[in-house]
Amino acid sequence: MAEAVLQIEGLTKRFGGVVASDGISLALTRGELHAVIGPNGAGKSTLIGELTGEIAPDSGRIRFDGLDIVALPVHRRSRLGLARSFQITSLFADFTALDNVALAVQAHSGHSFRFWRAARREPQLREPALAALGVVGLRERAATLVHDLSHGERRQLEIAMALATRPQLVLLDEPMAGMGPEESARLVETLRRLKGSVTILLIEHDMDAVFALADRISVLVYGRIIASGDATAIRADPAVRQAYLGESDTVAHG
Amino acid sequence: MNDRLEPADVGRLTLRWWVNAVLLVVLALVPAYAALTGDVFAMTLFTRVLIMAMAALSLNLIMGFGGMASFGHAAYLGIGGYAVGILAKEGVGSGFVQWPVAVAASALFAVVVGALSLRTRGIYFIMITLAFAQMIYYVAIGLDRYGGDDGLTIYKSSQFGGVVDLNNKTLFYYLCFAVLLASIYLVWRIVNSRFGLVIQGARSNDRRMRAIGFPTLRYKLVCFVIAGAMCGLAGALLANFTNFISPAMMHWTRSGDLMVMAILGGMHAMFGPLIGAMTFLLLEEALSRVTVYPNLILGPLLLVVAIFVHGGIDGLLAGKRRG
Repeated sequence: MAEAVLQIEGLTKRFGGVVASDGISLALTRGELHAVIGPNGAGKSTLIGELTGEIAPDSGRIRFDGLDIVALPVHRRSRLGLARSFQITSLFADFTALDNVALAVQAHSGHSFRFWRAARREPQLREPALAALGVVGLRERAATLVHDLSHGERRQLEIAMALATRPQLVLLDEPMAGMGPEESARLVETLRRLKGSVTILLIEHDMDAVFALADRISVLVYGRIIASGDATAIRADPAVRQAYLGESDTVAHG
Repeated sequence: MNDRLEPADVGRLTLRWWVNAVLLVVLALVPAYAALTGDVFAMTLFTRVLIMAMAALSLNLIMGFGGMASFGHAAYLGIGGYAVGILAKEGVGSGFVQWPVAVAASALFAVVVGALSLRTRGIYFIMITLAFAQMIYYVAIGLDRYGGDDGLTIYKSSQFGGVVDLNNKTLFYYLCFAVLLASIYLVWRIVNSRFGLVIQGARSNDRRMRAIGFPTLRYKLVCFVIAGAMCGLAGALLANFTNFISPAMMHWTRSGDLMVMAILGGMHAMFGPLIGAMTFLLLEEALSRVTVYPNLILGPLLLVVAIFVHGGIDGLLAGKRRG
């Protein structure tokens, strides 16, 4: 058994009467691409929030690289090597693509109380950033303002920013959202190339992408993980079929 | 890394470059013009332009680059001025003491205001910065020993051991010019440094900055303090310029004037605050000769710039349209 990068135990979060996370336990081994799927309102966004530190769970533990990170703020978790992409593209619009990625590199190269040297001329920031742009196929667009990038390119840039920090774990929050089939296919290709070298937790709606990419899939319904396994097992799981894959999209829970 | 990938038009002789260059030459020649024509008023007006430009520059650092729209920035002008005035009144005439105290006092005030206001954003941030400025304004009114509401005349300019005599108007003008240029250069270095990119990133998307690992609050606070200190120095210059301090220096309308200057000139530009301060003060002067209500024209003009021109006057020069 390979070592676990991320280990979630009994994660619970209530919003009033709604249980958004209901005792979630999950473990990600190094190099794995683990997908979390689930219908709308299943608690996927809450789970992401709890992992990144934007939402404090009511109970449960999150161990990242052996360290309990439940009490750490967002930026500390990021520094430990937990990177994320945003569901709704969240970039620095008035910066170039390269600036965006270089800023992510900068965040992980010591403090930034450096007031004098021109940061855009520092090769130790620009070169890793260019390399990350290369991985997602945006190298030619390095000098383009985010403003002028297409939607698909911005999604790719999101991934490049997450990668540029050489993270232990990347959380991809619905990276295919709003993409056309061609753009999706390109992103799937990018992720396929990354597989193995980075541990990825993929939250995604696009079933084709998930089944094509994931080593393991966990199915989240009403804040609870109802099944976990490889694509074949998930496809065959009766509870999943009933709750999610639309064999009968009626009330399956409660 | 080569420059090919940089979007800026640095080094190219654009319209903006020419206007800035001509502007600097004109400013450098003002004392010569005044000496030749005997136009003393030009000296007075342009010295004020330089000092207010420096205050607007410091505001622009936090507002234009950092997205922190402080509506109490004149407070730092006042604190810098009062530091000079109070020390002068108490017999400490040395500029080597007065000016550092002016800068330090402003920086300290910025630490307090920043620590309490930077956790909020939008309208709350504006209101808190305004509230602090009003507080210090009323404190100044309450300082009976230092003139209270009427203000205090400074009988002796800051002394620099005979090296620099601030009573020499030409010398004082060039001192202000040099301090302003040095400050513009400093802001330019800061803005393009790692620190500056963090500040601009936080303006653009604070949540994302935290997600990629920046504790943005402490960077914003340091930026806020740098701007306060710089404006405090402008206040020390202002006190030596007018030889007079009064609570009116930090009235909220003065904070508004500074904002107008910064926005008018162009908030993302190095020379924007200078252009803005000059346009504002020259227009105000010209309009006050034809009408008793110069703001009746200045106000709508600012609205037009804010609504139709992206990036103020500098934006016009650079040919930017509203995006």
